[in-house]
Amino acid sequence: MSTKVCFDLDRAWRLHPQVSVRPERFGALLYHFGTRRLSFLKSPKLLAVVRSLELERTARDACTAAGVTAAELPSYASALATLAASSMILAAA
Amino acid sequence: MTASLVDQFRLGLDAPICLTWELTYACNLACVHCLSSSGRRDPRELSTAECRAVIDELEAMQVFYVNIGGGEPTVRPDFWSLVSYATEHRVGVKFSTNGVRITPSVASMLAASDYVDVQISLDGATAEVNDAVRGPGSFDMALRAARCLADASFSNFKISVVLTRHNVGQLDAFKDLASSFGAQLRITRLRPSGRGADVWDSLHPTAAQQRVVYEWLLAHGENVLTGDSFFHLAGYGQALPGLNLCGAGRVVCLIDPVGDVYACPFAIHEEFLAGNVRSPGGFCRVWRESELFASLRVPSSAGACTSCSAYDACQGGCMAAKFFTGLPLDGPDPECVRGFGELALAGVAGGAGVPRPSGDHSRRGPVPGSRRGPVPGSRRGPVPVSIGRRPSERACDSSPLAGFGG
Repeated sequence: MSTKVCFDLDRAWRLHPQVSVRPERFGALLYHFGTRRLSFLKSPKLLAVVRSLELERTARDACTAAGVTAAELPSYASALATLAASSMILAAA
Repeated sequence: MTASLVDQFRLGLDAPICLTWELTYACNLACVHCLSSSGRRDPRELSTAECRAVIDELEAMQVFYVNIGGGEPTVRPDFWSLVSYATEHRVGVKFSTNGVRITPSVASMLAASDYVDVQISLDGATAEVNDAVRGPGSFDMALRAARCLADASFSNFKISVVLTRHNVGQLDAFKDLASSFGAQLRITRLRPSGRGADVWDSLHPTAAQQRVVYEWLLAHGENVLTGDSFFHLAGYGQALPGLNLCGAGRVVCLIDPVGDVYACPFAIHEEFLAGNVRSPGGFCRVWRESELFASLRVPSSAGACTSCSAYDACQGGCMAAKFFTGLPLDGPDPECVRGFGELALAGVAGGAGVPRPSGDHSRRGPVPGSRRGPVPGSRRGPVPVSIGRRPSERACDSSPLAGFGG
């Protein structure tokens, strides 16, 4: 799961319209009704990033808005890449 | 990486990730291993309005989807309307069926919804093997339903198989069969629950077959669903895809046709009864406040398994499997891959004192086209008639992890 993945932080990303988000004390559960897959957001901060995607112009801005530090950014980019790979989030036009 | 998540799940969540809901005990079949001893409808069954109220609660609790079963859920006259009601309220539905009501027009309707998934139960890749367990004609009925779904372009529905001594050798055939319909294979473990208690001895896979299943899952696991039901096999060494966790009362549970809430679909017994959705506070209060569920959410002792090096992997196996074979809950699973379960079973004297499943909804008369009567090799022999007789459906469901691990 620690594979290096490219993720374009400088474009807009959105939650897939068929994905439901359920906040949990560890972060959140995501369920994709199209693929019928379950995913986990493993920290509240990652949930904040995902929520911010809807509001911010780029994923990088969403991370900043959620309080992600420069040092933390690579691991958040990697988590977002995993979500993108399973279609939980989509690149917005 | 998932270690902390698994720990979170062990402590339980504020709402189940998914749950199994048996909508009716009525069934047109009389499968010998039916986990809910289904056959006859219970007159106290939840009404349409009560079912809708449960769905409203599930929506409020953000339960993503329910696994609906029975009995044969599609024989309820309000079944399709309840499915619509759930999906309109963003509660996804995955339902298990023997195929009896799946017609071309129903298949088209189902294919049009993103929020509905279908599992067709099949316990043999050939009519001979399947019908011996599920009754004459059930193989053809299931395949007819699968054909309808495939013709309606319903992609990726599930062919759901309970593994038995007689079909482990058909694993590749099941996979090919599912692929031929554009469906996905799901295999689950036979539990000694419901009528399954009577046939478990003669139907559960042998020790050698368990090893075959394990190897097969390691080779095919990413594309085959298991409902996380084979985590006891992790004792062989390598974890299988999924969380390898008993989710009973922590992340899954069962609502039965009369609204009783049990820790898991395989544990229909007073011992695992947490409450009823008809009581004040409804399902939500049962899930959050029942003493039984609270007790399942605290770490349990490894008991007799403490010194076993495989315990971390297998977690002592399945609670229901232990319970209904008369084994202590803090001991080995009856199918423990190290063989401790067999030793423990040898100490269970002739079935005396082994708990019986609570409800028996089996039809009393002969089931059309079905053979009834004691199954050869049953450990406990014929069931006292005073308890009634039993018949029905599919033997498995639930797991938050169907679909996880990809």
